[in-house]
Amino acid sequence: MLGEGLLKGLAETARNFAGSFVSKERLTTVQYPEQRIAPIEATRDFPFLVYDGDDWQAGMRCVACQICEKECPPKCIYIVKSTDKKPDYVGKPQFYPARFDIDISVCMSCQICVEVCPFEAIKMDTEFELSTTDRFGGLLFDREQLAKSNEYYHRIHPTEAEAVDAVLAGAKAKAEAKTTTAAIASAVRGAEIPAHPAGDGD
Amino acid sequence: MTERLDQIFVWLEQWLVSFLPGSWRPMACIVLSVVAIICLFPALFALTTVFERKGLARIQNRIGPNRVGWLGILQPVADGIKSLTKEDIVPLSADAAVHFLAPVLLVVAVFMGFAVLPMGRNMVLVDMDAGLLFFFAIGASTELSVFMAGWSSRNKYSLLGAMRAVAQMISYEVPLLMSSVAVVMITGSLSLTKIVAAQNQYTWGLPHWYIFTPWGAAGFLMYAIAATAETNRSPFDLPEGESELVAGYHTEYSGFKFALFFLGEYLAMFSISGLGTTLFLGGWSAPLQALNWVPSWIWFFSKLMLSIFVFIWLRGTLPRLRQDQLMNFAWKFVLPLTLVNLLVAAAWRFFGDGWERWVVCSAVVLLAYVGMGWSGMRRGHFGPRSYRYAE
Amino acid sequence: MTLGAFIQEKNKPEGWNRPPAMKPDGDGELLEVAMGPHHPSTHGVFRMDVSLDGERVIRLKPVFGYLHRNHEKLAEGMSYLGSMPFTDRLDYICSLTNNWAYALAVEELTGQAVPERAEYLRVILGELTRIVNHASSIGFLIQEMGASGTPLMYAFKARENVLDLFEALTGARMMCNYMRFGGCRVDASPAWLEDTRKVVAGLPQFVDEFERLLTGNEILMARCQGIGILKPELAVNAGVTGPMLRASGVNYDIRKVDGYGIYNRFPFRVPLGEHWDVYDRFMIRLLEIRESIKILEQALKEIPTGTVMDSKAKIRGFRPKPGEAYGRIEAPKGELGFYLISDGGPNPYRYRVRPPSLINLTILEDMSLGQNVADVVLIFGSVDIVLGEVDR
Repeated sequence: MLGEGLLKGLAETARNFAGSFVSKERLTTVQYPEQRIAPIEATRDFPFLVYDGDDWQAGMRCVACQICEKECPPKCIYIVKSTDKKPDYVGKPQFYPARFDIDISVCMSCQICVEVCPFEAIKMDTEFELSTTDRFGGLLFDREQLAKSNEYYHRIHPTEAEAVDAVLAGAKAKAEAKTTTAAIASAVRGAEIPAHPAGDGD
Repeated sequence: MTERLDQIFVWLEQWLVSFLPGSWRPMACIVLSVVAIICLFPALFALTTVFERKGLARIQNRIGPNRVGWLGILQPVADGIKSLTKEDIVPLSADAAVHFLAPVLLVVAVFMGFAVLPMGRNMVLVDMDAGLLFFFAIGASTELSVFMAGWSSRNKYSLLGAMRAVAQMISYEVPLLMSSVAVVMITGSLSLTKIVAAQNQYTWGLPHWYIFTPWGAAGFLMYAIAATAETNRSPFDLPEGESELVAGYHTEYSGFKFALFFLGEYLAMFSISGLGTTLFLGGWSAPLQALNWVPSWIWFFSKLMLSIFVFIWLRGTLPRLRQDQLMNFAWKFVLPLTLVNLLVAAAWRFFGDGWERWVVCSAVVLLAYVGMGWSGMRRGHFGPRSYRYAE
Repeated sequence: MTLGAFIQEKNKPEGWNRPPAMKPDGDGELLEVAMGPHHPSTHGVFRMDVSLDGERVIRLKPVFGYLHRNHEKLAEGMSYLGSMPFTDRLDYICSLTNNWAYALAVEELTGQAVPERAEYLRVILGELTRIVNHASSIGFLIQEMGASGTPLMYAFKARENVLDLFEALTGARMMCNYMRFGGCRVDASPAWLEDTRKVVAGLPQFVDEFERLLTGNEILMARCQGIGILKPELAVNAGVTGPMLRASGVNYDIRKVDGYGIYNRFPFRVPLGEHWDVYDRFMIRLLEIRESIKILEQALKEIPTGTVMDSKAKIRGFRPKPGEAYGRIEAPKGELGFYLISDGGPNPYRYRVRPPSLINLTILEDMSLGQNVADVVLIFGSVDIVLGEVDR
């Protein structure tokens, strides 16, 4: 009969209308910014540099290898390597970035810099409310603005941070084991009895 | 007490007018009623814009405007301020006088239509013997204003939009009138107050509204379809569709004039719903005899708002018809059905009381509707389809 | 030439010949209108120069390129991995299928194998993307018909759940950058799989609601049936693929033809249209959503444990041997193909995208001739294009 389909459509709409008052499932609006959706853990927005401990300069994991700068698809990272070295988390002296700029107006949040970093130094942040009225420098983040602590990383990506910590701890243990055996070996070598003095007759 | 509440506005008017000397009183009475209508219906319009946006939003599972005032009720104030402060652009080549008059004519014509609607017991501004005729005559002049708008803009596309709108409105005038003629036939009078009085009777507590008769139900359906098309509402809103090529007759209007067009469209919706309520839904009469203690004007306005709600519901659900399909629908489906409805109404009248007339009239109406619907679909070669899957 | 003679001439079987411009009957002059690039119903920045005789379309010329971003040339200067995020932005609604096609092309070039679990994850994400795309496409079509966006809002509500899943797994809602050469970037946790099962369990209800709202709606039928007819021979000659081709009755679904990935393990049906019009295209998409739901349910049940990335796969210093490869998949819009020529270096020598939207768009004129101008918008919507893909 003519009009049957229309009536079915009208019934469907009426059901949605009534449902939007009673069920939360129908009315899914979240009134930002007073209400916010719970953040999803794996979300990625813009990169930041991780540092261990309290001092962001001493604890920064980045060794300025410039791999992320090369691999970044839109080329938004600019790194200047330092001339001196500082010890990293296992104590080995490494270069550090004298300058590490990311232009987040260019960054497309692809996460390739995170994937290629061999030192777990750069990770993805979850901050997205970064609007600024400063057109020319406001979205160019320098080393200090990018440096965030490992505790912060644990807060925003707990599972990932734990995995990274486990990897680093493992690497550190291996390095320490290597140094211990090396120390023992060199100690052994150092304490090695030199060639018998000639003329010692046994 | 209920009598007092029912007649409160009449009493208020008499009291206010009693302060004036005798010869001034009739004039003051009329002026007061006119002022009341001019204040009431735009306020209702403001409320309706919020309801429409929130209603559509709820249908689409979202919240409508809710920032301005509690639940967004002051949104029309914000919209009004916006449209008043916009620059009023009149194209250089446009016919300035006609360009200015078009929205004014629309609003004036629509307001005049409210003069004959009985909004409660003893609450009609002008109790004309040919009230229905007056209403339709004035209503037709809204089409003139649409054409004036399109013509004066000196814009190819506005003109095309205006032509389409006028063609649509003219085509649907005929079914609108024909469905009301059935009501006139049965009541025996063109006066709207008499039509309401005829429906204000009760049998076993149930009212004699015309919608509860077979010819009345069919008539109401045709009237509703024609009313939706007259006011350019979905699914007949091609003349003002945003996703169409032609932008519509009010393209060249900005600021307050556009707001007037908007106002005129909604007021036309109110007045046509008001007329439909009067003709088919019993005007200000209560649905059950037991509910007569509720004031009559509350019934009238509730039925009016119910019609508006149905308009909003239709808008949120149905896609729009193409122009030629719209016209085909009017001339080849709605009009023949209204003619059949006239015959059925006549048969109803001459059958005399009893159950036979119910059966015969319902059967004829249903048969006509189903038959025409089926042949219409066949002629257009559309229907539901089933799909096969590849092997 | 009268309209009758014109239609008679159009009905003759013909190859891929651009039809001659019609002379209008009567003495009216042609109305030339440019629809777009700013237009509420062209899906992006797209322009159509139509010549009208009254309401009838005499000639239609699509003009695009407003969104050209040099994707193919940029890829020549970037490593293979670096192009992956840019493939997200081709058909920006379906980023995961774009990733998959590119990964497939590179895997063909290098001959890498993909672990089982990664294949299942690819199928799951690909079918979720298909559902999202088809639902949005139908929603947009109805929106253009003027239902003030109600079905669109319902489709978007369902899409939100899927986008949340994407965000939980890949980190981003739309630009996912998830597939890698030799597998997927990260593994899916059991919690994610459980969430996906819940979302998929809620999808049939959404499709039912959609169907109830739309099919059988007389106005929809009146507007869409008999409009924009595309004959099968013309579709095949023009290289049209995807739901448009299947709505024209041609049984060609690359998931069945190539059987890439592990699609031959999933018994799903391919719906075909018989009237070749806009209504068929939109119904085929609706039926394909149902088939995708079946594939998803099966994949979620059967997904094995294991790794998702070939352990020997290199991310940096990736140099495939010289050669060429063409990897194609059944993207939601049609056949999406990537043609790569490698000269042994870290960057591709030539990188070419076969965009289904562009190729499907070439017969827009043929479908629209003689139709009402109000229908051109619908016909265009039924082709289902995304300008990111058309212009790259």
